[in-house]
Amino acid sequence: MNRIWLFLPLVLAVTLGVVLYWGLGEDPSELDSALVGREVPSFELPMLREAESPARPEMLKGKVQLLNVWATWCAACRVEHPHLNRLAEQGVPIVGLNYKDERDKAVEWLAERGDPYTQVIYDPEGSLGFDLGVYGAPETYLIDAEGIVRHRHVGVVDQDVWESDFEPLYERYRQDG
Amino acid sequence: MNVTVKTVEAVLLLLAVMLLAMPAAAQERFEDPQLRERFSELTRELRCPKCQNESIAESGAPISEDMRERVRRMMREGATDEEIRQAMVDRFGSFVSYRPEFAPRTWALWIGPFVALVIGVGVVLALVARNRARRQLDSTPLSDEERRRAEQWLRDE
Repeated sequence: MNRIWLFLPLVLAVTLGVVLYWGLGEDPSELDSALVGREVPSFELPMLREAESPARPEMLKGKVQLLNVWATWCAACRVEHPHLNRLAEQGVPIVGLNYKDERDKAVEWLAERGDPYTQVIYDPEGSLGFDLGVYGAPETYLIDAEGIVRHRHVGVVDQDVWESDFEPLYERYRQDG
Repeated sequence: MNVTVKTVEAVLLLLAVMLLAMPAAAQERFEDPQLRERFSELTRELRCPKCQNESIAESGAPISEDMRERVRRMMREGATDEEIRQAMVDRFGSFVSYRPEFAPRTWALWIGPFVALVIGVGVVLALVARNRARRQLDSTPLSDEERRRAEQWLRDE
Protein backbone atom coordinates (compact mmCIF):
# COMPACT_ATOMS: atom_id res chain seq x y z
CA MET A 1 0.00 0.00 0.00
CA ASN A 2 1.22 3.45 -0.86
CA ARG A 3 2.54 5.06 2.31
CA ILE A 4 1.81 8.50 0.99
CA TRP A 5 -1.86 7.97 1.71
CA LEU A 6 -1.07 7.88 5.41
CA PHE A 7 -0.44 11.62 5.22
CA LEU A 8 -3.89 12.32 3.86
CA PRO A 9 -5.54 12.93 7.29
CA LEU A 10 -2.72 15.32 8.20
CA VAL A 11 -3.13 17.24 4.96
CA LEU A 12 -6.89 17.44 5.48
CA ALA A 13 -6.49 18.65 9.06
CA VAL A 14 -3.99 21.33 8.04
CA THR A 15 -6.23 22.51 5.19
CA LEU A 16 -9.21 22.74 7.51
CA GLY A 17 -7.08 24.60 10.03
CA VAL A 18 -5.99 27.15 7.45
CA VAL A 19 -9.57 27.72 6.27
CA LEU A 20 -10.86 28.15 9.81
CA TYR A 21 -7.97 30.42 10.77
CA TRP A 22 -8.69 32.57 7.76
CA GLY A 23 -12.33 32.73 8.87
CA LEU A 24 -11.29 34.06 12.27
CA GLY A 25 -10.16 37.31 10.67
CA GLU A 26 -13.61 38.02 9.27
CA ASP A 27 -15.82 40.42 11.14
CA PRO A 28 -19.08 38.56 11.73
CA SER A 29 -21.03 41.76 12.39
CA GLU A 30 -20.34 42.99 8.86
CA LEU A 31 -22.99 41.49 6.59
CA ASP A 32 -22.77 41.60 2.84
CA SER A 33 -25.39 43.96 1.59
CA ALA A 34 -28.23 42.58 -0.44
CA LEU A 35 -28.34 45.95 -2.15
CA VAL A 36 -24.93 46.22 -3.80
CA GLY A 37 -25.41 46.27 -7.56
CA ARG A 38 -29.05 47.30 -7.22
CA GLU A 39 -30.81 50.61 -7.38
CA VAL A 40 -31.62 52.53 -4.21
CA PRO A 41 -35.22 51.67 -3.29
CA SER A 42 -37.79 54.32 -4.08
CA PHE A 43 -39.13 56.44 -1.22
CA GLU A 44 -41.56 59.17 -0.32
CA LEU A 45 -40.05 61.25 2.43
CA PRO A 46 -39.63 64.92 3.29
CA MET A 47 -36.37 66.81 3.51
CA LEU A 48 -34.93 67.45 6.95
CA ARG A 49 -34.69 71.22 6.85
CA GLU A 50 -37.38 72.08 4.33
CA ALA A 51 -40.23 70.12 5.91
CA GLU A 52 -42.71 70.92 3.13
CA SER A 53 -40.59 69.95 0.17
CA PRO A 54 -40.43 66.25 -0.64
CA ALA A 55 -37.11 64.48 -1.06
CA ARG A 56 -36.91 63.01 -4.53
CA PRO A 57 -35.37 59.65 -5.36
CA GLU A 58 -33.77 61.35 -8.39
CA MET A 59 -31.49 63.27 -6.07
CA LEU A 60 -29.46 60.09 -5.71
CA LYS A 61 -28.74 60.04 -9.41
CA GLY A 62 -26.67 62.12 -11.80
CA LYS A 63 -23.33 61.91 -10.00
CA VAL A 64 -21.29 59.60 -7.84
CA GLN A 65 -22.08 60.38 -4.22
CA LEU A 66 -22.27 58.98 -0.73
CA LEU A 67 -25.45 58.26 1.18
CA ASN A 68 -24.79 58.48 4.90
CA VAL A 69 -27.29 57.14 7.44
CA TRP A 70 -27.06 59.00 10.73
CA ALA A 71 -28.97 60.02 13.84
CA THR A 72 -28.39 62.18 16.87
CA TRP A 73 -28.89 59.18 19.19
CA CYS A 74 -26.10 57.33 17.46
CA ALA A 75 -22.88 57.54 19.43
CA ALA A 76 -20.61 56.44 16.60
CA CYS A 77 -22.08 59.18 14.37
CA ARG A 78 -20.51 61.68 16.75
CA VAL A 79 -17.14 60.12 15.99
CA GLU A 80 -17.83 59.99 12.29
CA HIS A 81 -19.06 63.53 11.84
CA PRO A 82 -15.68 65.33 11.65
CA HIS A 83 -14.56 62.82 9.03
CA LEU A 84 -17.63 63.56 6.94
CA ASN A 85 -16.98 67.29 7.30
CA ARG A 86 -13.48 66.78 5.96
CA LEU A 87 -14.71 64.68 3.03
CA ALA A 88 -17.25 67.38 2.18
CA GLU A 89 -14.47 69.97 2.22
CA GLN A 90 -12.56 67.83 -0.26
CA GLY A 91 -15.60 68.07 -2.53
CA VAL A 92 -17.18 64.65 -2.01
CA PRO A 93 -20.97 65.03 -2.29
CA ILE A 94 -22.73 63.37 0.65
CA VAL A 95 -26.48 62.96 0.95
CA GLY A 96 -27.63 62.45 4.53
CA LEU A 97 -30.38 60.11 5.64
CA ASN A 98 -31.53 61.18 9.07
CA TYR A 99 -32.75 57.89 10.50
CA LYS A 100 -35.38 57.47 13.25
CA ASP A 101 -34.61 60.83 14.71
CA GLU A 102 -36.34 64.04 15.76
CA ARG A 103 -36.22 66.93 13.37
CA ASP A 104 -35.31 69.63 15.91
CA LYS A 105 -32.46 67.64 17.39
CA ALA A 106 -31.10 66.78 13.96
CA VAL A 107 -31.16 70.39 12.76
CA GLU A 108 -29.49 71.52 15.97
CA TRP A 109 -26.80 68.81 15.57
CA LEU A 110 -25.92 70.10 12.10
CA ALA A 111 -25.83 73.70 13.32
CA GLU A 112 -23.47 72.73 16.13
CA ARG A 113 -21.14 70.34 14.38
CA GLY A 114 -21.16 71.61 10.83
CA ASP A 115 -23.12 70.29 7.90
CA PRO A 116 -21.30 68.01 5.45
CA TYR A 117 -24.46 67.11 3.54
CA THR A 118 -25.60 68.47 0.20
CA GLN A 119 -29.12 67.39 1.14
CA VAL A 120 -30.64 65.54 4.07
CA ILE A 121 -33.60 63.17 3.81
CA TYR A 122 -35.76 62.96 6.93
CA ASP A 123 -36.84 59.42 7.77
CA PRO A 124 -38.35 59.41 11.28
CA GLU A 125 -40.01 55.99 10.94
CA GLY A 126 -36.95 54.44 9.38
CA SER A 127 -38.89 53.30 6.32
CA LEU A 128 -36.19 53.99 3.74
CA GLY A 129 -33.69 52.70 6.28
CA PHE A 130 -35.62 49.44 6.42
CA ASP A 131 -35.70 49.12 2.64
CA LEU A 132 -31.96 49.74 2.54
CA GLY A 133 -31.46 47.01 5.12
CA VAL A 134 -29.99 49.41 7.67
CA TYR A 135 -29.46 47.60 10.96
CA GLY A 136 -27.46 50.19 12.80
CA ALA A 137 -26.24 53.70 12.23
CA PRO A 138 -23.92 54.94 10.91
CA GLU A 139 -23.98 53.26 7.52
CA THR A 140 -22.60 54.67 4.32
CA TYR A 141 -23.35 53.76 0.73
CA LEU A 142 -21.46 54.65 -2.41
CA ILE A 143 -23.96 55.37 -5.17
CA ASP A 144 -22.97 55.77 -8.80
CA ALA A 145 -24.41 58.23 -11.30
CA GLU A 146 -27.17 55.80 -12.29
CA GLY A 147 -28.32 55.53 -8.70
CA ILE A 148 -26.90 52.02 -8.26
CA VAL A 149 -25.41 51.09 -4.89
CA ARG A 150 -21.75 50.14 -5.41
CA HIS A 151 -20.49 49.73 -1.89
CA ARG A 152 -21.81 49.64 1.62
CA HIS A 153 -20.02 50.20 4.88
CA VAL A 154 -21.53 49.59 8.31
CA GLY A 155 -19.82 51.66 10.97
CA VAL A 156 -17.71 54.77 11.03
CA VAL A 157 -16.15 55.96 7.76
CA ASP A 158 -12.86 57.41 8.94
CA GLN A 159 -9.79 58.30 6.93
CA ASP A 160 -8.59 54.67 6.74
CA VAL A 161 -11.93 53.29 5.62
CA TRP A 162 -12.32 56.06 3.09
CA GLU A 163 -8.89 55.51 1.58
CA SER A 164 -9.05 51.72 1.48
CA ASP A 165 -12.72 50.99 0.73
CA PHE A 166 -14.32 54.05 -0.80
CA GLU A 167 -11.83 56.23 -2.59
CA PRO A 168 -10.72 53.73 -5.29
CA LEU A 169 -14.34 52.94 -6.14
CA TYR A 170 -15.31 56.58 -5.97
CA GLU A 171 -12.61 57.53 -8.46
CA ARG A 172 -13.39 54.60 -10.73
CA TYR A 173 -17.10 55.27 -11.00
CA ARG A 174 -16.47 58.96 -11.48
CA GLN A 175 -14.29 58.17 -14.48
CA ASP A 176 -16.87 55.74 -15.84
CA GLY A 177 -19.56 58.39 -15.64
CA MET B 1 -46.91 48.15 59.95
CA ASN B 2 -44.44 50.16 58.02
CA VAL B 3 -42.65 46.99 57.05
CA THR B 4 -45.71 45.48 55.38
CA VAL B 5 -46.39 48.67 53.45
CA LYS B 6 -42.83 48.60 52.24
CA THR B 7 -43.17 44.97 51.27
CA VAL B 8 -46.32 45.68 49.28
CA GLU B 9 -44.57 48.58 47.59
CA ALA B 10 -41.62 46.42 46.76
CA VAL B 11 -43.82 43.70 45.29
CA LEU B 12 -45.75 46.24 43.21
CA LEU B 13 -42.53 47.74 41.96
CA LEU B 14 -41.22 44.31 41.09
CA LEU B 15 -44.43 43.53 39.16
CA ALA B 16 -44.14 46.81 37.29
CA VAL B 17 -40.55 46.06 36.36
CA MET B 18 -41.52 42.55 35.22
CA LEU B 19 -44.27 43.99 33.05
CA LEU B 20 -41.83 46.42 31.48
CA ALA B 21 -39.35 43.65 30.87
CA MET B 22 -41.85 41.50 28.99
CA PRO B 23 -40.65 40.66 25.50
CA ALA B 24 -41.66 43.19 22.94
CA ALA B 25 -43.18 40.44 20.80
CA ALA B 26 -45.94 39.97 23.33
CA GLN B 27 -47.14 43.54 23.00
CA GLU B 28 -49.27 43.11 19.96
CA ARG B 29 -50.74 39.76 19.12
CA PHE B 30 -52.96 38.25 16.54
CA GLU B 31 -56.34 37.22 17.95
CA ASP B 32 -56.56 34.17 15.72
CA PRO B 33 -54.44 31.37 17.25
CA GLN B 34 -53.57 30.09 13.78
CA LEU B 35 -52.17 33.46 12.72
CA ARG B 36 -50.37 33.76 16.02
CA GLU B 37 -48.74 30.38 15.41
CA ARG B 38 -47.76 31.41 11.89
CA PHE B 39 -46.30 34.68 13.14
CA SER B 40 -44.26 32.95 15.79
CA GLU B 41 -42.94 30.39 13.31
CA LEU B 42 -41.95 33.08 10.82
CA THR B 43 -40.22 35.25 13.38
CA ARG B 44 -38.31 32.27 14.74
CA GLU B 45 -36.96 31.57 11.27
CA LEU B 46 -35.69 35.10 10.73
CA ARG B 47 -32.47 36.15 12.30
CA CYS B 48 -31.86 39.57 13.80
CA PRO B 49 -29.21 41.28 11.62
CA LYS B 50 -27.86 43.24 14.56
CA CYS B 51 -27.38 40.43 17.04
CA GLN B 52 -25.49 37.56 15.37
CA ASN B 53 -27.52 34.68 16.72
CA GLU B 54 -30.97 35.57 17.90
CA SER B 55 -34.17 35.23 15.98
CA ILE B 56 -36.29 38.33 15.65
CA ALA B 57 -38.80 36.56 17.90
CA GLU B 58 -36.34 36.63 20.79
CA SER B 59 -34.41 39.79 20.13
CA GLY B 60 -35.19 43.13 21.72
CA ALA B 61 -33.13 45.15 19.23
CA PRO B 62 -35.04 48.01 17.57
CA ILE B 63 -34.39 46.53 14.14
CA SER B 64 -36.05 43.28 15.24
CA GLU B 65 -39.10 45.21 16.37
CA ASP B 66 -39.23 46.88 12.94
CA MET B 67 -38.93 43.51 11.25
CA ARG B 68 -41.66 41.96 13.40
CA GLU B 69 -43.87 44.91 12.57
CA ARG B 70 -43.22 44.37 8.86
CA VAL B 71 -44.01 40.66 9.20
CA ARG B 72 -47.30 41.52 10.92
CA ARG B 73 -48.18 44.04 8.25
CA MET B 74 -47.37 41.71 5.39
CA MET B 75 -49.38 38.93 7.02
CA ARG B 76 -52.38 41.25 7.34
CA GLU B 77 -51.98 42.20 3.70
CA GLY B 78 -52.15 38.52 2.82
CA ALA B 79 -48.53 37.82 1.85
CA THR B 80 -47.37 34.21 1.81
CA ASP B 81 -44.61 33.00 4.13
CA GLU B 82 -42.28 32.79 1.15
CA GLU B 83 -42.99 36.39 0.13
CA ILE B 84 -42.32 37.60 3.65
CA ARG B 85 -39.07 35.66 3.91
CA GLN B 86 -37.98 36.91 0.49
CA ALA B 87 -38.79 40.52 1.41
CA MET B 88 -36.47 40.26 4.41
CA VAL B 89 -33.69 38.53 2.48
CA ASP B 90 -33.93 41.20 -0.25
CA ARG B 91 -33.28 43.90 2.30
CA PHE B 92 -30.94 42.35 4.82
CA GLY B 93 -29.27 39.59 2.81
CA SER B 94 -29.40 35.82 3.23
CA PHE B 95 -27.85 36.25 6.68
CA VAL B 96 -31.32 36.87 8.12
CA SER B 97 -32.72 33.54 6.99
CA TYR B 98 -32.13 30.59 9.28
CA ARG B 99 -32.96 28.43 6.27
CA PRO B 100 -30.13 28.88 3.79
CA GLU B 101 -31.22 28.95 0.18
CA PHE B 102 -30.02 26.25 -2.21
CA ALA B 103 -27.80 28.30 -4.54
CA PRO B 104 -24.30 27.84 -5.99
CA ARG B 105 -22.70 29.62 -3.03
CA THR B 106 -24.41 27.28 -0.56
CA TRP B 107 -23.97 24.01 -2.46
CA ALA B 108 -20.99 23.04 -0.31
CA LEU B 109 -23.06 23.70 2.78
CA TRP B 110 -25.97 21.51 1.67
CA ILE B 111 -24.13 18.75 -0.17
CA GLY B 112 -20.79 18.75 1.71
CA PRO B 113 -21.93 16.50 4.58
CA PHE B 114 -23.33 13.90 2.18
CA VAL B 115 -20.14 13.93 0.10
CA ALA B 116 -18.14 13.43 3.30
CA LEU B 117 -20.46 10.59 4.29
CA VAL B 118 -20.08 8.87 0.92
CA ILE B 119 -16.28 9.20 1.07
CA GLY B 120 -16.26 7.86 4.62
CA VAL B 121 -18.44 4.86 3.74
CA GLY B 122 -16.24 4.22 0.69
CA VAL B 123 -13.07 4.22 2.79
CA VAL B 124 -14.59 1.86 5.37
CA LEU B 125 -15.85 -0.53 2.66
CA ALA B 126 -12.46 -0.52 0.93
CA LEU B 127 -10.67 -1.31 4.21
CA VAL B 128 -13.12 -4.10 5.05
CA ALA B 129 -12.79 -5.61 1.58
CA ARG B 130 -8.99 -5.53 1.74
CA ASN B 131 -8.94 -7.07 5.19
CA ARG B 132 -11.26 -9.85 4.10
CA ALA B 133 -9.22 -10.59 1.00
CA ARG B 134 -6.07 -10.86 3.10
CA ARG B 135 -7.71 -13.17 5.62
CA GLN B 136 -9.00 -15.38 2.82
CA LEU B 137 -5.49 -15.64 1.42
CA ASP B 138 -4.19 -16.68 4.85
CA SER B 139 -6.75 -19.42 5.33
CA THR B 140 -6.52 -21.07 1.90
CA PRO B 141 -5.03 -24.55 2.39
CA LEU B 142 -1.71 -25.18 0.67
CA SER B 143 -1.69 -27.14 -2.51
CA ASP B 144 0.45 -30.31 -2.70
CA GLU B 145 3.10 -28.47 -4.67
CA GLU B 146 3.29 -25.66 -2.09
CA ARG B 147 3.45 -28.13 0.79
CA ARG B 148 6.32 -29.95 -0.89
CA ARG B 149 8.27 -26.71 -1.33
CA ALA B 150 7.62 -25.61 2.22
CA GLU B 151 8.91 -28.93 3.55
CA GLN B 152 11.95 -28.59 1.31
CA TRP B 153 12.76 -25.13 2.81
CA LEU B 154 12.28 -26.40 6.36
CA ARG B 155 14.63 -29.27 5.73
CA ASP B 156 17.27 -26.95 4.28
CA GLU B 157 17.26 -24.77 7.40
